[in-house]
Amino acid sequence: MFIPGVHQATEAARMLPRWARGWAVMRPCRFVLLRHGWQVALFCVAICLVLSLFQPGVPLWRQMVYSLPMGMVTWALIDGGRFFLDQDSPYLFPRGWRGVALIVGGVFLGFLLGTLIGDAINGQSSFSLMRRSPQFFVYIFLFSMASGIGISLFFYNQGKSAYLLAEIEAKSRQATEAQLKLLQSQLDPHMLFNTLANLRALIPHEPERAVQMLDQLGDFLRATLSASRAQEHSLQAEFDRLRDYLSLMHIRLGERLRFHLDLPQELTRVLVPTLILQSLVENAIEHGLEPKVGGGTVWITASKKGEQLILQVSDDGMGFDTEAAHDQVTQGFGLAQVRERLQSWYGSQNTIDLIAVRAMNTRATPAFDANKAVKMDISPGCQVTLMLPLRT
Amino acid sequence: MSPQSLTALIAEDEPLLAEALQRELATLWPQLQTQIATDGLQAVEQALELLPQLLFFDVRMPGQSGLEAAQEIAERWPSGRRLPLLIFVTAFDEYAVKAFEQSAVDYIVKPVKTVRLQQTLERIRPLAGVFHAQSAIQSIALPEILDTDEPMLNALRSLLRTPLDALISTPSLQRIQASVGSQIIVVPLSEVAYFEAADKYVRVLTGIEKPERELLIRTPIKDLLPQLKPDEFWQIHRSTVVRVSLIEAVQRDATGRLTLSLRGRLDKLMVSRLYAAQFKAM
Repeated sequence: MFIPGVHQATEAARMLPRWARGWAVMRPCRFVLLRHGWQVALFCVAICLVLSLFQPGVPLWRQMVYSLPMGMVTWALIDGGRFFLDQDSPYLFPRGWRGVALIVGGVFLGFLLGTLIGDAINGQSSFSLMRRSPQFFVYIFLFSMASGIGISLFFYNQGKSAYLLAEIEAKSRQATEAQLKLLQSQLDPHMLFNTLANLRALIPHEPERAVQMLDQLGDFLRATLSASRAQEHSLQAEFDRLRDYLSLMHIRLGERLRFHLDLPQELTRVLVPTLILQSLVENAIEHGLEPKVGGGTVWITASKKGEQLILQVSDDGMGFDTEAAHDQVTQGFGLAQVRERLQSWYGSQNTIDLIAVRAMNTRATPAFDANKAVKMDISPGCQVTLMLPLRT
Repeated sequence: MSPQSLTALIAEDEPLLAEALQRELATLWPQLQTQIATDGLQAVEQALELLPQLLFFDVRMPGQSGLEAAQEIAERWPSGRRLPLLIFVTAFDEYAVKAFEQSAVDYIVKPVKTVRLQQTLERIRPLAGVFHAQSAIQSIALPEILDTDEPMLNALRSLLRTPLDALISTPSLQRIQASVGSQIIVVPLSEVAYFEAADKYVRVLTGIEKPERELLIRTPIKDLLPQLKPDEFWQIHRSTVVRVSLIEAVQRDATGRLTLSLRGRLDKLMVSRLYAAQFKAM
């Protein structure tokens, strides 16, 4: 069920003691609860009207003094109780036997208390009816139970389908947002304008290099834009796009940027999420090499270990001289985004330990570096390793 | 007497862009001599050697940013000589551009359009005349120099108070957390007398009510500054930020350098040229 504020309230309520959580979550739901309340009341009135058609002798108010208390008590018990019985349930209604117990118990108690209230107003005892005409009593009991359960199920379904709809909507909104974020991060305006400035500088004096650069920019833009649509492509395509990007950056940075790509022939057809390495390479250049006087080298390698594909992006740039800077980078947007994409791609169990950043001079070597996918003696710098299931 | 030639220093790490700007300047202003520095550290050394009248500085550069380089140049510039005019060149740093506008610093965006560059040069040309006249007369009274350089110094000071890489409203700093051995020492900001950059660290000198103490933190001065209230702490040097209420006196020595003495402390702190204007007699 989508109710503004409920999600936040549920999150915030996790801090509270168990008994207080239900109240906290109920608050933002109060309008829905009240709506249920008057709907139940209307339903009760409707039932009385129908019943009075079949029992013309009994006045309408006599039906109402039973029907309304029964309905309202049942509503209060079920609509209130649902916040307390299963507080981990995602759709604000207890799951499994708790849900069944809540409805049956609520309706039964509602019948009992409603009858007592009705009796008190009427000044008679319906339970004497049980002795006088047990059949009639059972008939009333079953009728009340059935209506109570019926309306509860109706509300339950209404709530659940609203919840599912909201869920679907949120999922698709998240997907769109992720796509947009990806696009935004890949079309870094700083990079684009600097590239344009370089093109402008090349055109009058080295038109041939300008044309070459323009072609690479075209390929890079096309790949980036289609990456937000196509989900996966071959490792060969991935490396080709990285080469375009690096060639562009090479024109810009000149000798300050050196790069090596190493893709074994046997791995060219392996499928990977599109441009999964892009932001890692961008990070290596933007945070590793660009700030370093004299620049440095980026290595991008693919290798195989058993049934796993190992992708590594390494640089001998700035590295991190503090734990804080290291944490900032590992929690930073680039890596968070890669982690998120891998998570949605391969499922959560595979993504644990997928990424390890190693500032070569300061950090302990992560355990799985023992595979020696890249043997280099570079320092300082940074290395990111992805381990993915091998798929073709 | 042949007029002394005008010189400009371009600091830009992307070689093609540096050359292109050099060529454009040569076309638009043939008398102007240009040199290129390729990183923020080199830019400072070259500027102090060349003593140019114009600086075209890229914002993002290896070594140190264009702004940091400009700051260092302003501090180490020989006294008695006018500071160069500073023009920033930037690709797409929306926050930097905002900061430049607020601080009234001249800037050009990349790709540099010829028309835009021409406009900038037109604005500068009359000022460049001042340089011409002035470079012949070497000795001018100090206060006068400070006055004429004031707009540029003001702009730099204001820029240094704004974080350039984000527009996040930085929360004001409440306490200092410094690691000492295996523990983190927490000291309220109200105990801090001054901050002083030392190599990779910043020394935090505390002791207003409590005994004096020295702590080391890793947050650089440039990140600390936007988190400090401008009326509570003043920067007085590239590497020093001091609590205003502690300042007792300012001495000027024979070479014109300013030194601060602090209330109740023995420390003497140097005031750089960039921040000297804050200490004028009323």
